[in-house]
Amino acid sequence: MKRRSVVAMTAPAVVLMSGLAMQQAHAQSNPLTLCWAAWDPANALVELSKDFTAQTGTPMKFEFVPWPNFADRMLNELNSHGTLCDVIIGDSQWIGGSAENGHYVKLNEFFDKNGISMDDFMPATVVGYSEWPKNTPNYWALPAMGDALGWTYRKDWFARPELKAEFKQKYGRELDVPKTLDELHDIAQFFQGREIDGKKVYGAAIFTERGSEGITMGVANFLYPYGFQYQAADKPYDMEGHVNSADAVKGLEAYKALYDCCTPPGYSNSYMEQNLDAFKSGQVALQMNWFAFFPGLYKDPNVGGDKIGFFVNPGEKVHASQLGGQGISVVSYSKNQDQALAYIKWFATAEVQKKWWALGGYSCAKSVLNDPGFTATAPFAADFLKAMGEVVDFWAEPSYAQLMQAEQKRIHDYVVANQGTAQEALDALVKDWADVFKEDGKI
Amino acid sequence: MNDLSTPSQLALRAAAATPIGVARRVRGLSDRAIAWLFITPTILLLLAINIFPLVWTVYLSFTNYRANRPNAPVNWVGLDWYRRILTDPDVWAAMQVTAHFVIWTIVIETLLGFALAMLIDKKFRGHGMWTTIILLPMMLSPAVVGNFWTFLYQPQIGLFNYVVTFFTGGDPSSFQMLGDVTLSPWAIIIVDVWMWTPYVMLICLAGLRSIPDYIYEAAEVDRASAWRRFWSITVPMALPFIMLAVLFRGIENFKMFDMVNLLTGGGPGSTTEVASITLKRAAFESWRTGYSSAFAVILFVSVFGLANIYVKALNRVKQR
Repeated sequence: MKRRSVVAMTAPAVVLMSGLAMQQAHAQSNPLTLCWAAWDPANALVELSKDFTAQTGTPMKFEFVPWPNFADRMLNELNSHGTLCDVIIGDSQWIGGSAENGHYVKLNEFFDKNGISMDDFMPATVVGYSEWPKNTPNYWALPAMGDALGWTYRKDWFARPELKAEFKQKYGRELDVPKTLDELHDIAQFFQGREIDGKKVYGAAIFTERGSEGITMGVANFLYPYGFQYQAADKPYDMEGHVNSADAVKGLEAYKALYDCCTPPGYSNSYMEQNLDAFKSGQVALQMNWFAFFPGLYKDPNVGGDKIGFFVNPGEKVHASQLGGQGISVVSYSKNQDQALAYIKWFATAEVQKKWWALGGYSCAKSVLNDPGFTATAPFAADFLKAMGEVVDFWAEPSYAQLMQAEQKRIHDYVVANQGTAQEALDALVKDWADVFKEDGKI
Repeated sequence: MNDLSTPSQLALRAAAATPIGVARRVRGLSDRAIAWLFITPTILLLLAINIFPLVWTVYLSFTNYRANRPNAPVNWVGLDWYRRILTDPDVWAAMQVTAHFVIWTIVIETLLGFALAMLIDKKFRGHGMWTTIILLPMMLSPAVVGNFWTFLYQPQIGLFNYVVTFFTGGDPSSFQMLGDVTLSPWAIIIVDVWMWTPYVMLICLAGLRSIPDYIYEAAEVDRASAWRRFWSITVPMALPFIMLAVLFRGIENFKMFDMVNLLTGGGPGSTTEVASITLKRAAFESWRTGYSSAFAVILFVSVFGLANIYVKALNRVKQR
């Protein structure tokens, strides 16, 4: 009898304890999955997220996809309402589609409750990564990774007296960081086919990739400075005379001229990885690439350190750079939304943002970027700050992929495949884009 | 004599082993019903994974449905997509690229495959080893082939340019196979020929081996020349096999995607954009599900129609 009563008394306690233990184990073993592209900053984020795990006990899982497949893979995941990702660092152009199709959780209420203010982030990044519709206070992401398309150059080659003298004699100015895209062309032409240290080198590694977004991003760094506009300032979706303006035609012709004269042989399908390879292997004097790669390049044992220099996209009629970068969002199909929101809350704090930049991620927080000592923190920091003040982004409409494909085709046809003229390519692009917007009922 | 030696004894043993409940149920079924019982699962499976998707695709091709916008209203657009696809110059350009690729790969693979089969059909020293070596490319994954040929075609470090200029002289980086508008269609043809000629060879070899020796012996008795034997015996008797190889390669190359995507991604420009790449971009990048369904139906009807005409011709050849 006594034995039975002991069992009766201890059983509920055991059940309760084991239930609690299981609940705790479940919380600890239920990892938060973060999806992003596989590149240098992703490694920095893995390092940074260890602090989150240490603070909250939430283990992190990462799903990183190489850039050429990133959009395909992740948009398929979102469109099929997959539960793979709890948190996603999606490309800036996805924001419209992801907001309208219900893939992302709207964050306004969460931001208000937790004292997260968009005023604490650089305005261009808030518009580019968080807002849909653009320029309205509807937030679907927290600006996570600021980025823009910039340039690197071989500082050690630029410093060689014999090359400096030859350049000055030929072009009548110093061999220095180009101030305009015309000057950039001259420098690339100067180095093209030249022998340096017994090795044949080439002018510039630029984006020419056909499959995803490569050539569109690359050509944008020429179109914008020459005066290309996506639409009339006062009339949305009015593209005629803006996309295919005389200035835009000049920009496109300049990009083709650079491709024809000054890229390494076989450079017809190259994006960020190929440009990194070309620069790291000492093949090119100039490289177009995203600022995100600059910390890694600066550390490179062969071409980094005092051999590399960085500069923001040169101007022409205006100063402008293609926006890169991403915001961090909570996937609406996630079963771990509370933990995902806790991660965003943690990520938004000033200390984490500071560490994010220190590890090689590009913070968008004013607390980091407006710090008086920021420009001295890295040799590319000042250029990054300048670039983020002049960025322009591609369409972020729900049909962005269709718009992107049309530009990929028209630009590649003209620049790489030598088909038609720049004017014809941009006229065809206006027609393609107009068809997409008509189909969407926007015009 | 063993008691299991006759079929009736075996049937009796099987009947005895059948549980009584099952035996009672089956006993009441006709042969036709039992036949239906066996084939119904297969029919259901076919309906679920073949027929239903086909019918659904045809339905979607008349709508403006987009798989990435589940909340958007789905409207009936009638034959609009079909009209737009069939009048779109970009689609016709893709069809021309496909036709160029299909025709040239078939012609070259058939000629080379048949020639190789003729060689392999002769018994010679190391015959087995050479057969294995020739068959190797066919055993590789198209993804692997696409990737390593990308390196082989690299103008500065690629073996292909080096070998070509070794014989012709000049700088290996003076031409680019994948980035040149004229050369890139041939670059993908070369890779497909390299990979799939062994397959054609195998089918042709089966054809050659099926020709009875006594026919050649009779021809030799009649003092027919080797040339005459080739044209009057070998080619006609191997023709159904050659035609079969052409059919298989034709269908396969009409829907070629992976290798072209890896080698050129459809570029430069749209020079190598075969129809399947255009379709994939419309379906899974632009998410124009209705449009791409219509395109898929058009491609399916084209391949199905051509294959049917071809199979009829093949049957006529076999009946000769």
